[in-house]
Amino acid sequence: PLSTRCCAPAGAAPAMNCRAEVLEVSVEGRQVEEAMLAVLHTVLLHRSTGKFHYKKEGTYSIGTVGTQDVDCDFIDFAYVRVSSEELDRALRKAVGEFKDALRSSGSDGMGQISLEFYQKKKSRWPFSDECIPWELWTIKVNVVNLANEQERQICREKVGEKLCEKIINIVEVMNRHEYLPKMPTQSEVDNVFDTSLKDVQPYLYKISYQITDSLGTSVTTTMRRLIKDTLAL
Amino acid sequence: AMDTDLSSQDRKDLDKFIKFFALKTVQVIVQARLGEKICTRSSSSPTGSDWFNLAIKDIPEVTHEAKKALAGQLPAVGRSMCVEISLKTSEGDSMELEIWCLEMNEKCDKEIKVSYTVYNRLSLLLKSLLAITRVTPAYRLSRKQGHEYVILYRIYFGEVQLSGLGEGFQTVRVGTVGTPVGTITLSCAYRINLAFMSTRQFERTPPIMGIIIDHFVDRPYPSSSPMHPCNYRAGEDNGAVYPSVEDSQEVCTTSFSTSPPSQCVFTVTKAHFQTPPPVVMDTLRVPVMGLAFSHQLSSSRLSYQPAALGVGSADMGYPVPFAGGLNAAHPHQLIGPGKEGGVPPIPSQPVHGTQADQERMCTPVNEGHCSAATPSSSDDTETVSNSSEGKCGSPHDLLETIFVRKVGAFVNKPINQVTMANLDIPFAMFAPKNVELEDNDPMVNPPDSPETESPLQGSLHSEGSSGSSTGNTHDDFVMIDFKPAFSKDDILPMDLGTFYREFQNPPQLSSLSIDIGAQSMAEDLDSLPEKLAVHEKNVKEFDAFVETLQ
Repeated sequence: PLSTRCCAPAGAAPAMNCRAEVLEVSVEGRQVEEAMLAVLHTVLLHRSTGKFHYKKEGTYSIGTVGTQDVDCDFIDFAYVRVSSEELDRALRKAVGEFKDALRSSGSDGMGQISLEFYQKKKSRWPFSDECIPWELWTIKVNVVNLANEQERQICREKVGEKLCEKIINIVEVMNRHEYLPKMPTQSEVDNVFDTSLKDVQPYLYKISYQITDSLGTSVTTTMRRLIKDTLAL
Repeated sequence: AMDTDLSSQDRKDLDKFIKFFALKTVQVIVQARLGEKICTRSSSSPTGSDWFNLAIKDIPEVTHEAKKALAGQLPAVGRSMCVEISLKTSEGDSMELEIWCLEMNEKCDKEIKVSYTVYNRLSLLLKSLLAITRVTPAYRLSRKQGHEYVILYRIYFGEVQLSGLGEGFQTVRVGTVGTPVGTITLSCAYRINLAFMSTRQFERTPPIMGIIIDHFVDRPYPSSSPMHPCNYRAGEDNGAVYPSVEDSQEVCTTSFSTSPPSQCVFTVTKAHFQTPPPVVMDTLRVPVMGLAFSHQLSSSRLSYQPAALGVGSADMGYPVPFAGGLNAAHPHQLIGPGKEGGVPPIPSQPVHGTQADQERMCTPVNEGHCSAATPSSSDDTETVSNSSEGKCGSPHDLLETIFVRKVGAFVNKPINQVTMANLDIPFAMFAPKNVELEDNDPMVNPPDSPETESPLQGSLHSEGSSGSSTGNTHDDFVMIDFKPAFSKDDILPMDLGTFYREFQNPPQLSSLSIDIGAQSMAEDLDSLPEKLAVHEKNVKEFDAFVETLQ
């Protein structure tokens, strides 16, 4: 879910043992959505399981994750995503907002979108639950403007090649088999996984983005909201 | 110490995991090179039969080839399982593109839990494989196959041979999983020296047949209603973390199999129809100019599996790969459409291989052979089998309506073979049954075009527009189904395809007809000397006029 405020603001530094990966892409405006979706879906493919069904004695069985190929229209590229319409919709919504923000910010077309995986740690009242990130993916985007059709055609191919590299990078990270949250008991499952989807179960995640304005400073969406909220008081 | 040794149950489990991991690896790789988009459905209720909690189809021929290659063994040190992907052109040139290697090294992780961690990591590795198979250069090549080249696969077991990849090949690591008996590694070595064969080259070359086979056609039912998968045999849900399967009791041969490259596409031969089918396909006949290769077709649309009727064939466009037999004694056969009753057998067609190319596929099989072609389909819970969900409607109902389905370019199946069974749409039984049969299709039997005088004119139209039936077959014409790019399925009346076909052959403008044009040109030429004479007579007037301008 996009920036649900369950814990510290998105701009906060990740926890000490939070793995952070950064990817950078330069794309044309109309390629932003597909490029972001390709990366986010590839990460979530690796970070989603089938639905858990708990039985007695603490055992559980896992549902099946289907996959499907997605062809990009503006990039010579194809990727695999989890077969879950809900998940796809959630990602498209986030990416759509990011793209709109990029366009309307009047910036030089630079921004970044982050996908953070976290665990919830319940706290006693009056403190709200803590969100402890354990993996953070950041995609830095630079939007370029192209002059003619020939350049666009080259861009299609080049961005396609670049995305291939990014997929390989993502898979490398996944293969390190570094920290993953322990498989939870039934009572804890919602602290580790997003169980709201009906067909797959990704780890708890949140997506946020920042647009870099032309002065080079970042304006986080969360900061904007804080200021707005403050003024509304 | 004893407690670090693997318990026998763990060892058994581990061996099973590795075996099925190897089989699934082959499936993912081959399916990624068939030239089709793959789609499988997520299912929240575990059926107990989806290995590694992933919905990966099992193409029976591919499983068969893999088992043959493994011959009962598992990857071990020095014994790797390799899937070789190569490209073969219409002229018979072939080139190795990739070698996918599943290897085992000696580095053991004794501490790791087999039934849990190893299993989950193998699942993760398969996901990585799904992702990586789309980013090597061969993927894009394989999506464009069918016109001038096809993609073949070959499975072998033993030492990895990379020499066929040319100089400077690159490798990409898909991942590794440590186990108590060694570390499993999955990687791909791929050729980068595609000098004489870049994807761009094929893009620029127009398709031989003049028809654009668009691999990017969307399925009629958008992905928001996911396709039904083939039915897995519903296993008992025993609540275990991983599915339990019976070990297949196969006969192990001790020799390594060095099977020839198996073909990822379905080949049919040039058509020699005896009789025109009673219901004429809406085909577009185009000249095949003697390219033997033109018999090849990409396996785009042919549904490979004998889907239970109405359950919906494998998710759409699930392609038919073949293990192309090398010799007549060992043909690998196509599973015909619809095992369920009533399907007319596919007539066997003469095999005119291309030149000496023995890898070409061969005879489509008739019903009786279907089961023979999938010897091990009953072994494992994991292979696809017909569902018991035959309650979707009796075969007879469904055979009343005969559809033409695009089954890929160059296909020459007579219409009566193409039944609802191999309509690769989900919910086929619910498709409207009042679809026009071909007799009523104006494209197939178009209204008579206006009488033409010039013999030239007739040849400007394709054969179909003159209203004649398919009776006049030219030997160098091959019938093809026509499916326009990005169109929806032809089930609905007046969709893009129908529109396109209907308006594709309008009568020719009279002003454009050659003889009239020729006439006027001749007239012009004839009248030229006369006109020149007149102008010469008036030359004084012209000169005077010019004077006034100066």
